[in-house]
Amino acid sequence: MDYVIFAMPRFLATLFCLPLICSLTTHSNAQDITGNEVRSLDEQVQEIKSDVLSIASELGNLEERLLYPSGTQVAVFVFIAEEEMFRLDAVQIEINGELAAHHIYSFKELDALQKGGGQRIYTGNVATGNHELNISIIGKLENGKDFTESGSFTFAKGVEPKTLGITLAGPGLGNSGIQVEDW
Amino acid sequence: MYRAPFSGFGLLLLACLAASPCHSEELQDPYFGEALYYAHQGYFFEALEHLDSEVKQHEGVDEPELDSLHYHIDDAEFSLGDFELRYRMHHRAGRAIRAVLEGAVDEVVRNDAAFRLARIHFQKNQMADALRALERIDGKIPEPIRDDIEFLRANIYLAEGRPADATDILRRLQKSDSFSGFAAYNLGIALLKDGQQQAALDQLDRAGQREVVRAEELAIRDKSNLVLGTILLEAGEYDQAKPYLNRVRLDGPFSNRALLSAGWANVSTEDYERATVPWGILADREVTDLATQEAMLALPYAYGKLDVHGRAAIYYGRALDSFGVEVDKLNASIDSIREGLFLEALIREEIRQNKDWVIHLRSLPEAPETYYLMELLASHDFQTGLQNYLDLADLHRKLVAWQASFDSFDDMVDIRRDHYEPLLPDVDERFRELDSRIKLRIEQHKLLVKRKNDMLTTPRPEFLATREEQTILKRIEHFESQLHGSDDPFDVNLKRRIKRLKGVLTWTLETEYHERLTRFDENLRNLNAAMAVMHAEYDRYVRTRQAATHSYVGYEGPINRLRMQVSASIEKVEGLMTRQGRKLEATAIEELVARRGRLESYRNKARFALADSYDRATQSQIKVDGVE
Repeated sequence: MDYVIFAMPRFLATLFCLPLICSLTTHSNAQDITGNEVRSLDEQVQEIKSDVLSIASELGNLEERLLYPSGTQVAVFVFIAEEEMFRLDAVQIEINGELAAHHIYSFKELDALQKGGGQRIYTGNVATGNHELNISIIGKLENGKDFTESGSFTFAKGVEPKTLGITLAGPGLGNSGIQVEDW
Repeated sequence: MYRAPFSGFGLLLLACLAASPCHSEELQDPYFGEALYYAHQGYFFEALEHLDSEVKQHEGVDEPELDSLHYHIDDAEFSLGDFELRYRMHHRAGRAIRAVLEGAVDEVVRNDAAFRLARIHFQKNQMADALRALERIDGKIPEPIRDDIEFLRANIYLAEGRPADATDILRRLQKSDSFSGFAAYNLGIALLKDGQQQAALDQLDRAGQREVVRAEELAIRDKSNLVLGTILLEAGEYDQAKPYLNRVRLDGPFSNRALLSAGWANVSTEDYERATVPWGILADREVTDLATQEAMLALPYAYGKLDVHGRAAIYYGRALDSFGVEVDKLNASIDSIREGLFLEALIREEIRQNKDWVIHLRSLPEAPETYYLMELLASHDFQTGLQNYLDLADLHRKLVAWQASFDSFDDMVDIRRDHYEPLLPDVDERFRELDSRIKLRIEQHKLLVKRKNDMLTTPRPEFLATREEQTILKRIEHFESQLHGSDDPFDVNLKRRIKRLKGVLTWTLETEYHERLTRFDENLRNLNAAMAVMHAEYDRYVRTRQAATHSYVGYEGPINRLRMQVSASIEKVEGLMTRQGRKLEATAIEELVARRGRLESYRNKARFALADSYDRATQSQIKVDGVE
């Protein structure tokens, strides 16, 4: 009985089924969900994604109108300063002495902030006039040392929606690690 | 078959995504930053939801240059295309980028857009359109994407069956930092496709000896050696094939296939002893791998050729047992898929949080043996179906959560209506009274302002008379009118006295005029401030009043419409999930049945070979005994 006969050609055939251009994915022998049927299903999935996205957008607007009318709306964003590589563990925000937001960061969230993303940490309502904003952050420096930083700021709310941007940096740069900007 | 996308494409996209966010240029729009925040975490639905609204809002404003997104609009439109692509919405992807391309934009931006559009067409398998998009690139090309453009062009040529054109480009990319490893391998394949066999072998040899560090480059180096070894093996040049197969790393993704081929290369030159080395290593590896299963039969075959029939029988017996266990596992897996446990496991949140979720599926109770599905899971068509299923499951979760929120919205609106409706009529009544008084005061204020303005041009001292002086003046005028025309000496005397009094009054008014005008102006200024406060209060009240109405009026229609849309979408998503799920299950079962069939065939062969080996071992023993 010679097992080379069955094994060799099949093996070679399998190997040459490898995609020739440099794809690292492997080839499957089962290709039954290919063709027009899948593409049609795929198109339908894309259509429903589009529909749901437009529902999400409309729902978002409705929710904003209902919960945060423009006259009282205040939104607070968190950013990490450019080239800052400290590890941000948590941010706490108080408006007029009341806790508005407290967020503990996951690795993915921190990575997204370090790559230039901005997190809307709080959306709420305040009356027109001056308000006090207290921000506390805790984190770890690149050298492994823990640090905490806090700052108090005042912002004025007018009749338009208010957008505040908090930019965070690790301590030791001479400036405060927390900067608040009125967008 | 829909062509498997080039795996390096993920890298290209990531690179672009990393380039678009705004640490390179200062972020001016926090809402764009928010979309990037989601995108960087891989939440493309949320990123699209936010960015699409922002871009639409930007397009709707009267003066877009005053909108903060204006600073990032090109980036935002590019990002929309990227996000759509990443969210597997190929039909929509490119729409925004095409808009940039057709707009009046800078050369660098246009070339960047053309590249991105070409990449989208490539992913959609629309090669002619991809080439047309690349042809639009003209003039200054952004440095970071120069090599990406050329690498894409070469891949399009390869896909179009123009290997000769691809080779020219790939030769130029041999020194590229980002693509040299891939370009070296692809050049070998392009030469092979172009019929330049020897040049292709030389190139694959070079690609297989590159000094590289990154995991994907190491893998591509292994693949170069494996393909080269296999070509030689197929050409019957067994001895030449061996060194290339031996170059493949023992811990790389292509090691099993290389070990198997190395064994066959040795067997083909009748070097059975050497063949037992790679096959011996391979036979101890993960039993679900195709190459391992083949090696489990090939190893005792080699021992048989070496006349070590006893050991061959042991290995055949081991293979027989293993195949039996694996066939049982496959049967259980097929049953578990038929019971719907595969799809249930796929959508479990804790599984999907882990990057090795496919492997972890195996640890779930009654989940199918995913090792047997690894190749299937890695295939493009299955991946498309699988990702669609997972996306649909996500959409379903979202839609169900939204559906629950509509009742809360209704409650909120009802509570506000119940609170405001009894209060507002009374408030409105009081406001109407106040409003008429305010309007009167506004008119009075306007009159005073006008009077002051008039006095600045034409002095009117009588306007600044005190109330007492005005009374006196009126009485004097009254007396004057009564004495008018009388010649009576008493009246004449009175007239003189009245005239004198009027003179005194006029004197006072005239001499104190400037002082009084200054005081009047000061008082008017104070009044202006008070009027401003009143206007502000008035506006605040109007806004608050409007907000009270807006807090509960006008929501019913949109909420009901959205509620219906969400319900319809849930139904649609469920239908699609069922269809997509059934397809996945059927494909997975078909794959497992095929693997089971192969294993059963192996098991039969092992069984016969085992008996044969026992016979041969016994005969050998008899021969030995006979000799003795």
